[in-house]
Amino acid sequence: MTTLIKIKASAKQVYDKILKRKKPDMKFPLRSLSNVNYDPKKGYFELKGNYKERTLTVNTVKTFAQTLRLMALSKEILEKDDIATKREAYYVSKNWGDAKFSEQPESDSVMDDVEAMFEINREQLGFIPEEKGGDVAGELIVIDKDDKGKDLKIDCTKFGSGAYSIPSNVEVLKFDTKAKFILAIETAGMFQRLVKHNYWKKANCILISMGGVPTRACRRFIRRLSDDKKLPVFVFVDGDPYGMGNIYRTLKVGSGNAAHINEFFCVPQAKFIGITPQDIVDYKLPTHPLKDVDVKKIKDMLKNDPFIKHHKEWRKALEQLAKMKVRAEQQALAAWGLNYVISDYLPKKLKDPKTWLP
Amino acid sequence: MQTKLDTGKSGNGKTSAENMAKHHKEISVSEFFLKNRHLLGFDNPRKALLTTVKEAVDNSLDAAEEAGILPVITVNMTAVKDAVDRYTIMIEDNGPGIVKANVPRVFGKLLYGSKFHRLKCSRGQQGIGISSAGMYGQLTTGKPVRVWSRIGKNKPAEYFELVIDTKSNEPQVLKQEEIEWDKDHGTKVIIELEGKYLKGRQSVDDYLKQVAIANPHAHIIYDSPLERVEFPAVVKQLPKEPKEIKPHPYGVELGILMKMLKDTKAKNLSAFLKNDFCRVSSKVAKEICEKAKLYVNARPSRIAIQEVDALYRAIQETKIMAPPTDCVVPIGEDILVKGLKKEISAEFYAAVTRPPSVYRGNPFQIEVALAYGGDIPADNLVKILRFANRVPLLYQQSACASYNAVLNTAWRNYNLSQSKGALPAGPVVIMIHMSSVWVPFTSEAKEAIASYPEIIKEMRLALQECGRKLGIHIRSVKRSQHEAKKKSYIEKYLPHIGIGLKDILGFSDKEEQELLEILKDVLERSRQ
Repeated sequence: MTTLIKIKASAKQVYDKILKRKKPDMKFPLRSLSNVNYDPKKGYFELKGNYKERTLTVNTVKTFAQTLRLMALSKEILEKDDIATKREAYYVSKNWGDAKFSEQPESDSVMDDVEAMFEINREQLGFIPEEKGGDVAGELIVIDKDDKGKDLKIDCTKFGSGAYSIPSNVEVLKFDTKAKFILAIETAGMFQRLVKHNYWKKANCILISMGGVPTRACRRFIRRLSDDKKLPVFVFVDGDPYGMGNIYRTLKVGSGNAAHINEFFCVPQAKFIGITPQDIVDYKLPTHPLKDVDVKKIKDMLKNDPFIKHHKEWRKALEQLAKMKVRAEQQALAAWGLNYVISDYLPKKLKDPKTWLP
Repeated sequence: MQTKLDTGKSGNGKTSAENMAKHHKEISVSEFFLKNRHLLGFDNPRKALLTTVKEAVDNSLDAAEEAGILPVITVNMTAVKDAVDRYTIMIEDNGPGIVKANVPRVFGKLLYGSKFHRLKCSRGQQGIGISSAGMYGQLTTGKPVRVWSRIGKNKPAEYFELVIDTKSNEPQVLKQEEIEWDKDHGTKVIIELEGKYLKGRQSVDDYLKQVAIANPHAHIIYDSPLERVEFPAVVKQLPKEPKEIKPHPYGVELGILMKMLKDTKAKNLSAFLKNDFCRVSSKVAKEICEKAKLYVNARPSRIAIQEVDALYRAIQETKIMAPPTDCVVPIGEDILVKGLKKEISAEFYAAVTRPPSVYRGNPFQIEVALAYGGDIPADNLVKILRFANRVPLLYQQSACASYNAVLNTAWRNYNLSQSKGALPAGPVVIMIHMSSVWVPFTSEAKEAIASYPEIIKEMRLALQECGRKLGIHIRSVKRSQHEAKKKSYIEKYLPHIGIGLKDILGFSDKEEQELLEILKDVLERSRQ
């Protein structure tokens, strides 16, 4: 209900300004890494408070109109207690004549602006993403609701070689588990190997495949599960700037783009167990040379990422990687035998917090 | 003109001077040009058609204008039946005609003409044009040149069939008779020749179109092998008749100076300098003679070669007033625009006529006109139309001073795009006209203007002035397009602001209308 009030208040403010013969404007927090602070006590990226103002002029009249129409669509959806995927919202705009979006990134961007303006999550506007939340396997019972509102227990040990898929809205879920920790994994390939060999049973853990940069649903799922059941979270990704800077950093402290909701969509308790630059040395892993974009990314992180800048360990690790001029994938461990990762690497790493990164 | 070759092998005595002397003989002018026909524009069958039409049309225009007649010219080009690459070209004018006695030499003798011995803004200069066309026809088809001429209502029309004796450079009259002709005065010539008719750039079609642009007072009817094209006259006034001037001392070269000394009627050097040149007073003549260490009373024909050299250098060292410039006749800014308008449909025209200037003692005047937009293709490089004394120049563009002047003008200042070292791009036709008593061509074929610094400078100044006018136009068009775009933007998207607000706040249609009225007003006001 608060969302509806916010939408109406914002529209009213525009309306009143026009009646006063003034150019109406809307104010959005600037959505970028340059506008976030990292507070280690809070554990996530927080908005710094820089705003961009979109005043209605000849040049902004199109986006301004689209923003208002998207807000009207959100109001309609919320009043009907319905939902629309981002793609569906884009198609709805096709009825808007000249104000229609020609590509989905345009409507996504306006949607991001609106949620940032109201400092809410896009699900609260009635819009949901298409993207998959991630896969789960292991000692966990997820308690969801069926269409009649009755509890529905899903046993994540019963998916065989498959997995439970995280839904787009995880707020209603409850959990039951005896596992000791959560292991979040970058690639589906590594997840498959661990599931196939019942690693979750041996290590008594919950395995989650993020499939690249974790979605908001995936981040929220891990966060709620970890908070509820007091489980530590370990992250296992490729030893390259993307795995460290994009995947792990987003999971742990959130992103610059969605800073207004990072508070709920991050996992500050997550720890990075591998693959660290030191692992490449210690485990004599086969490597690939860093590409130009990788080198650029490392420099950029050291200079602009508030999270990396705050942690000395991370700065050292990235500088070490830059010096070695190489990167190593999770699968590189297979050079020592296909199941080396299960028999040696993970047990050793999990036992030794000194080899982790914050 | 080079008429002998030094092939003697000296030193070893194998070829004696006497033997070599046997090979030395006079070469007739016609024979020389027969071997070097490319110099006159008969390099290939396609160009031969163009050159023939060009020479005849030039002559017709010059003659009509000199006689004070608005020219009406008919050009007819037909393929000869049952022959490959053979055409009959007929050019008929309403000019003054040619007196009976002169007809054979005008059409049948090279280097015979009214224009070589005087300095005047005219199209033809040397008197080799039309006769060489006749000779080319004779050479490629064996057919004589046929000429009709009548000089007045009370005189009979004459008909001639002529060939040139290429050895002696003399005309041979095959047939001559009085005939009936429905014209009061005029000339008609028919030449049959080997040629190739192709449309497009450097074609006869292209040439006549450009003639029509630079001569909007001429009415031209053109029957190409495919269709009839008419270029009507849009100006009812003849160009001002150019004045003839004597050469300026700075303009003569050593060889010409020698020839003038030999040919002069003056009895002494001082009189020669005063009478045969312009801008030479008794005082200046005396000064030149003193510098050359020659007596003012010396007989011109007795001056030795070394002395001519001294005289030549003395002229260069003496300060002499610039030649009069009222002898050059520009087309004029108004008529330039009229000419462009009638043949090129565009949205904007501009023209600039520079004041007269002088290069090497020769007065000249530069004019530039341009057409922009409309039907001119926008994604090509600009098209340059070059003219010398109103005659279009179609070949050797890149060797021409005008091309270099266009190339070296910074067109980006005038809102045209231009890559480094290239012509500017855009929907533009640029016309450059040089009017002069002596246009310095780079070759006998009169295809490109030589790049004298004074000429280039005047061209650049004219282009810049025209460019500024163009820039102002392009910017104002862009501005109004931008305004229109803004306006349509507001009209397009404003209703959606109304719909959005109405959907959220739920007010009435009337309130929505009022709101949009206010908003439109606020936005449009803010643009000013």
